[in-house]
Amino acid sequence: MKALSQKRRHPLAAIALLLMGLLVTGGLYAVATTVNEAKASTTSYSANDTAEGEKLFEANCATCHGMGASGTQDGPSLVGVGAAAVDFQVGTGRMPMQMNGPQAYKKPAQFNDQQTHQLSAYVASLGAGPAIPEEGLLDGQGDAAVGGELFRVNCAMCHNAAAAGGALTRGKFAPALADVSEKHIYEAMVTGPQNMPVFSDANVSPEGKRDIITFLKQIESNGSPGGADLGALGPVSEGLFVWVAGLGVIIAFTIWLTSRTS
Amino acid sequence: MGNHSDGSPNHSGTVATAGQNEVEKFQDPGLPPHRLRLADTDPKAAKRAERQVALLFGTSVVGTLIFLVAYFAIDLGEGAGIATIRLQNALLGVGTAFAMLGIGTGIVHWAKALMPDHEVSEERHAIRTEDDRQAAVRIVDDIVDETGIKRRPLIRNTLLGAVALAPLPALAIFGDLGPRPDRKLAHTMWAPVDGQLKRLTRDPDGTPIRASDVTLGSAFHVIPEGLNDLHEGKLNEKAKAVVLLMRLDPASLNPSEGREDWGYNGIVAYSKICTHVGCPVALYEQQTHHLLCPCHQSTFDLTQECKVIFGPASRPLPQLPIAVDDEGYLVATSDFKEPVGPSYWERDEHERIINS
Amino acid sequence: MSASSTAKAPAFVATTKAGRVTDFVDARVGGSGILREFGRKVFPDHWSFMFGEVALYSFVILLLSGTFLTFFFDPSMAHTNYDGSYVPLKGVEMSVAYSSSLDISFDVRGGLFMRQVHHWSALLFVASIAVHMLRVFFTGAFRKPREMNWVVGGVLLILAMAAGFTGYSLPDDLLSGNGLRIIDGVMKSIPVIGTYASFFFFGGEFPGYAVIGRLYMLHILLVPALILLMIVLHLFMVVVHKHTQYPGPGRNDGNVVGYPLGPVYAAKAGGFFFIVFGVIALMAAFFTINPIWNYGPYDPSPVSAGTQPDWYIGFVDGALRLMPGVIGDFHFEYVIFGYTLSLNVLLPALVPAGILFTVMFMYPWIESWITKDNREHHVLDRPRNAPTRTAIGVAGFVWYCVMWAAAGSDLIATHFYVSLNDVTYWLRALFFIGPIIAFIVAKRVALALQRKDREIALHGRETGRIVRLPHGEFIEVHAPLDEYKRYKLVGFESPAPLPAVPNDHGIVTRKEKQRAFLSKWFFEDRVAPATPAELEAAHGHHAHPAVEAAEESKSLSH
Repeated sequence: MKALSQKRRHPLAAIALLLMGLLVTGGLYAVATTVNEAKASTTSYSANDTAEGEKLFEANCATCHGMGASGTQDGPSLVGVGAAAVDFQVGTGRMPMQMNGPQAYKKPAQFNDQQTHQLSAYVASLGAGPAIPEEGLLDGQGDAAVGGELFRVNCAMCHNAAAAGGALTRGKFAPALADVSEKHIYEAMVTGPQNMPVFSDANVSPEGKRDIITFLKQIESNGSPGGADLGALGPVSEGLFVWVAGLGVIIAFTIWLTSRTS
Repeated sequence: MGNHSDGSPNHSGTVATAGQNEVEKFQDPGLPPHRLRLADTDPKAAKRAERQVALLFGTSVVGTLIFLVAYFAIDLGEGAGIATIRLQNALLGVGTAFAMLGIGTGIVHWAKALMPDHEVSEERHAIRTEDDRQAAVRIVDDIVDETGIKRRPLIRNTLLGAVALAPLPALAIFGDLGPRPDRKLAHTMWAPVDGQLKRLTRDPDGTPIRASDVTLGSAFHVIPEGLNDLHEGKLNEKAKAVVLLMRLDPASLNPSEGREDWGYNGIVAYSKICTHVGCPVALYEQQTHHLLCPCHQSTFDLTQECKVIFGPASRPLPQLPIAVDDEGYLVATSDFKEPVGPSYWERDEHERIINS
Repeated sequence: MSASSTAKAPAFVATTKAGRVTDFVDARVGGSGILREFGRKVFPDHWSFMFGEVALYSFVILLLSGTFLTFFFDPSMAHTNYDGSYVPLKGVEMSVAYSSSLDISFDVRGGLFMRQVHHWSALLFVASIAVHMLRVFFTGAFRKPREMNWVVGGVLLILAMAAGFTGYSLPDDLLSGNGLRIIDGVMKSIPVIGTYASFFFFGGEFPGYAVIGRLYMLHILLVPALILLMIVLHLFMVVVHKHTQYPGPGRNDGNVVGYPLGPVYAAKAGGFFFIVFGVIALMAAFFTINPIWNYGPYDPSPVSAGTQPDWYIGFVDGALRLMPGVIGDFHFEYVIFGYTLSLNVLLPALVPAGILFTVMFMYPWIESWITKDNREHHVLDRPRNAPTRTAIGVAGFVWYCVMWAAAGSDLIATHFYVSLNDVTYWLRALFFIGPIIAFIVAKRVALALQRKDREIALHGRETGRIVRLPHGEFIEVHAPLDEYKRYKLVGFESPAPLPAVPNDHGIVTRKEKQRAFLSKWFFEDRVAPATPAELEAAHGHHAHPAVEAAEESKSLSH
């Protein structure tokens, strides 16, 4: 325990963690750039950002969310959802939505960082809402044990104790949290995307959210001490494994054992 | 379909009819002739097999060494991380696997390639011969006769009675495995103590919650005030008292008669313990207002006072009546009006007592 | 051997040191007699006969690894704060049992490995018993004289499940704690005594402080002792009965064909222990099982998505999931005489398991009653040659699998991108129609395979070689079978339905009529083995011996 925390403070360990993050995020966005972006975007938006954002919004989002983001039958009003909601939904590719369905799927983001920033600026200008979190809350230097406890009480029932995801009703699901950037995790908590409840700062404090992120990133970078984690899905995948692989190998041996040698 | 027909009328009737006479059967040709293996005829092949077996045993030695090195050379002390544990676990496993598989496959290969592989036939004998049976019957008869149990029913009957009763103490002695249930399941920690209403506090840290903290769409996991100060029986109380607190648009709630003041401005609190078999029903979908139990998928609809809309539960989740105190904190105005959690035999009786 | 005869024989004097030791022991325990009896005992060799051994060896590995774990595990439910080396749980309040399980995983060298060996072999133990029983069922090995051994095997399966469940609960992590919570809920649904049963089991209200210690005692003492006792009974009966064998040339109910115990069979069986151990070690080396550190300590408030029991309890959990609590306006929980009866819990928890185990235990007697077959059977049936039994087995297996799948309904939903509710609806339907479809399909497949066998026995094996005859006809060359291969395909019994017969009073009883009806159901669809006359006819008709036409239409008449 002591040993691990010492190790974490080592500068090389931080780099290793960053590299790990880079590797797993993949795709168009690297963790480093989004983190930098988050830092920049906590400052106020320029008028130009808002104007550009409005143009982008009208061209790409207004079909469903309506002019002025006032909402239509196909999409909710975005007045007062805040910049964090836009940054999460657009940044993870969930918006623009591919098709109507029980839930928006994560996919490669359609807008680049700057465009996402402009869209956030526009929506934030419509009404006060949760802002994009400060860098200091995303550094993964919180208390993992406290975060773990908060995670189990508030999150694990949907996202699974090892953050491997789980099912909700009628085709909806809580996604796995590996590969999700710190910023997006934080934004999801404060905005409650889709059917996820909102965890406002009055419910889970910003420090608590930082602890949760620390916990998630720590278990992700730790990996499983026992070897491959079989999806961290619990006894079902273990049972499947023992029936298919375990018994499979044993049966192969029994066939060899009872066959005649040529 | 095909061009094949052998003209025999019986042939198409591959399905024998009932009661058909026993037809002639193929004779058992006996054991097939023994086939020699390569190693039986070719001394080189035999030598090769011998070397393979020795090699396999050698692998086992290597495996044992891997295990010992991994055990003693890898330090789990200060500075060891998860990766070290994973490495040691993998090496211990590989070492054991080599050590075991080397011996196992070596012996089996030896048996298959070099030991005689003539199949032999052994006669089966009757499991019980008639001779033995008669002898046994005689012995038992003699024994029964010598005890005189048939002639002395008094002895037999008192013995039977005594033996039948003797295990009772062995059952009775387990009477202290647990206390009587009494009405323990009917009450939770939410009941006001000396008129002092219990505040709703956050799980796990126990800080009280203001009504204004609960924004639309949020879900709080709640424990009663003072739960964390308990030492003995903390989990027992927690197992009954945990509550989920949510805020909906007040218009979407349709409280039934008598329950209008159980919520506060769209804030409602429901027991988190499933009425099916007791898992925490903690999955709240803020748009559909459904609560889902992850264990058996019972689904409750918040807008219908947590009526069951899917899954194996049969009864709505109990609601905790709440209000706001002078300082703006949420409090429970009383205990649950019915027992929480899975149903039990005396449940209905307890519910009637609570409400009388 | 009587004293006088030993006195007459010249005294045996061992020459080597090992010989002297052996002789010393032998003279005192009579080992020579045992060796004479068993040393060359014949065991048939077939891969499907090895599953019982897999189970036995898994059990031995369980004992070995379990003993190691007991040295470090502390089954106390007292509160403590974790102070081990796993950072994400540092300082968290938990029970001593969970804390010591974490210490085994992170602070005892090789502890994690032993935990994983123990848990993987537990899963393999129950799985191999299950596969062994499927093999015994589908080959008819449960028939006289082995009915009682079948029952002992069934008891072993239940004990293995009990051992597994008690062990699953010990670490007192969130997963196992929610498992116990479900057990508590099921117990409370038992009419009249349910509440008391729960309070007695948990030593008061759930979760209490007693249950882990009690389960520990059951897990390391009572259940393993019973398993050991049943294994002794099981093996004793195997020795008495001698092993069954598959049908084939030279094999009949009066003999047993195979390899002698010493050296070949002993070497193979002994070597196989090391192989099973090696395979389990490989799984434990590279695949995490029951990562208790992920779940956190038990606390009644949290729960994890994907909370499931280990696979062997899965079918009960699945049945619990499939049961609707409310149909229309009918609630399965209702109040009778002022007391609560929750059939929505009671029915799925008891009925499917009850039906499965009752039918399983009774099956040898059910079948022999229907078939009036009271002969001893030592030669097995190939599953295809007992189509109705095979179909019954497949139907039961499919029924089990539907419940089994239901236990993973949430994972099916997330991994195949379907709705959780739809998975449940489909599985509810399959719960009823799945076994029926399975029965019909399995029976038709078995009959089809029998007809294929018949075809091959009469006309030989298809060689895939097409030749053109001088008059222009194309035919496929068939290679005739040798008599040994042919006997394997034709050497089986194909009983016909037994019509109802009057009893001693000349009356056909109602029960006898039912039996006759079942007998007809059992045997009316049957494919008789080919006879020498048929073979003669098949060959005699053709102008080209050993060349047969491939296509042949046959109709299955009842």
